[in-house]
Amino acid sequence: MGEWWTYRPQDFLMFSPRVYARLFELTNADAWPAQPLLVAAVLAWALAAWRRPGALPAASARTALLGLAAAWAWVGWDFVANRFAPVNWPAAAAAWLFGAQALALGVLAWRPPRFALPARRQAGLVLVVAGALLWPLLAPLAGRPWAQAEVFGLAPAPTVVVTLGVLVALAAPAAAWALPVAAALAGAAMGAMLGRADATVLLLALAAAAWARRHGRAAVAS
Amino acid sequence: MPFPASTVLSRRAWLAAAAALAVPASRAAEPLLQRRVPSTGDMLPAVGLGTWITFNVGADPVAREACTQVVKAFFDEGGRMIDSSPMYGSSQPVIGHALAKLGRPAAVYSAEKVWTGDGARGAAQIEQSRVHWGVPRFDLLQVHNLLAWEAHLPKLFEMKAAGRLRHVGITTSEGRRQADFERVMRSQPLDFVQLTYNPLDREAEQRLLPLAAERGIGVIVNRPFREGALLERLAGRPLPGWAAELGCDSWAAAVLKFIVAHPAVTCAIPATRQVAHVRQNLRAARGPLPDAALRARIAADIAKLA
Repeated sequence: MGEWWTYRPQDFLMFSPRVYARLFELTNADAWPAQPLLVAAVLAWALAAWRRPGALPAASARTALLGLAAAWAWVGWDFVANRFAPVNWPAAAAAWLFGAQALALGVLAWRPPRFALPARRQAGLVLVVAGALLWPLLAPLAGRPWAQAEVFGLAPAPTVVVTLGVLVALAAPAAAWALPVAAALAGAAMGAMLGRADATVLLLALAAAAWARRHGRAAVAS
Repeated sequence: MPFPASTVLSRRAWLAAAAALAVPASRAAEPLLQRRVPSTGDMLPAVGLGTWITFNVGADPVAREACTQVVKAFFDEGGRMIDSSPMYGSSQPVIGHALAKLGRPAAVYSAEKVWTGDGARGAAQIEQSRVHWGVPRFDLLQVHNLLAWEAHLPKLFEMKAAGRLRHVGITTSEGRRQADFERVMRSQPLDFVQLTYNPLDREAEQRLLPLAAERGIGVIVNRPFREGALLERLAGRPLPGWAAELGCDSWAAAVLKFIVAHPAVTCAIPATRQVAHVRQNLRAARGPLPDAALRARIAADIAKLA
């Protein structure tokens, strides 16, 4: 690419904000009624982990990690590869990274990390709830229709936020953070180029996760 | 009595003529201003259709239908050149979808690009693009942003010699790689160059447009509205008096008339996703065009307002 320094970030945006928003609308139409079930499943897990993390900690952690693995695999294949990559060809590579993260979470589930001590665990669970319950509200809050809401397990951003929350709550090893952090940064950059406020929210979620990981005690609670 | 579409009038001449003759209430029935491709003598309408971003709608059936309606309106108004690239995401299959739905209009002039740094992959990419469009061959193939032009151009000239391609060109945008661009224009028997030119981006006037005229190379103008940013900045501003003289009812038409009135320009390729806008754009290829003095005034006024 000649004279690369003359390009602006917007020059690499090859689709319109309208087309991007429609991707979620079509995804939701095809997936309905999976959305309430997915949100309910995440909230149920978070509630159980909040109340009694010590009852069956390994099973609870494994359930979360396998669920996340499935979510990353599905989002990578259905949304990133089949819906997003046709309008944004660099996303084809990102789809493989979603697959890699699904694999990494599956491996992590084999011998899941333990829950962190309460303050950090609960901070992580707040992030999980925010990703599952509050993220879909961003669409109507930004003036977009409900039909374009982004839901965990179907859209990348809330899936990343819920994953960050689980990794905080589980005191996951540093290696498990690499791809979710990269995905969060890429999502924030994309959102900024599209002029979407959720880019800021994604960065705030990432900062909150990083803060909780740094300051919360990771010692086992069970 | 309507004016010939290709008439270029000075402001004074136009005012005198307008005073003597009734201005047609509608120019929709007038043929579009046609421009000659210098190398082959082919005639093409002075306004075409770009597809960057606007036609990259993926598989969305609603958006695809909207694009089909844009293409339909484009042909209904007499348009011919549609320009795309493998770089434009799903634009190629969306064009192909529209052409298929419209019964493969014979008027289409298909302008595509080859865009790969690997010269050996060029042929496969061109064939993939052709399949997306659903056309038997392309009318014009351009080396996108000069990427690996040394490898691609000889193959494109071979295709042209074999009758599998009508025209060969190169592209740049926003004034990038001017020196290389000029070197290729001087050394290669090109039919077309594609570059950025509008009332605010006028660097091409210095060297590239005169060189194209001197070498007999057609010029396709991209980013006439700076991807819409120019029109957004002009939105709400009243059209100056010269707009009425040119029969312009919009800033878009005024900008396009400024561009296509340059003697070296063959056509401009504004992109749009709206039927009303494609009709508005094509109106710029009807009626009188500004002369050099009026073009200078248009550029000055727009520079002040935008």
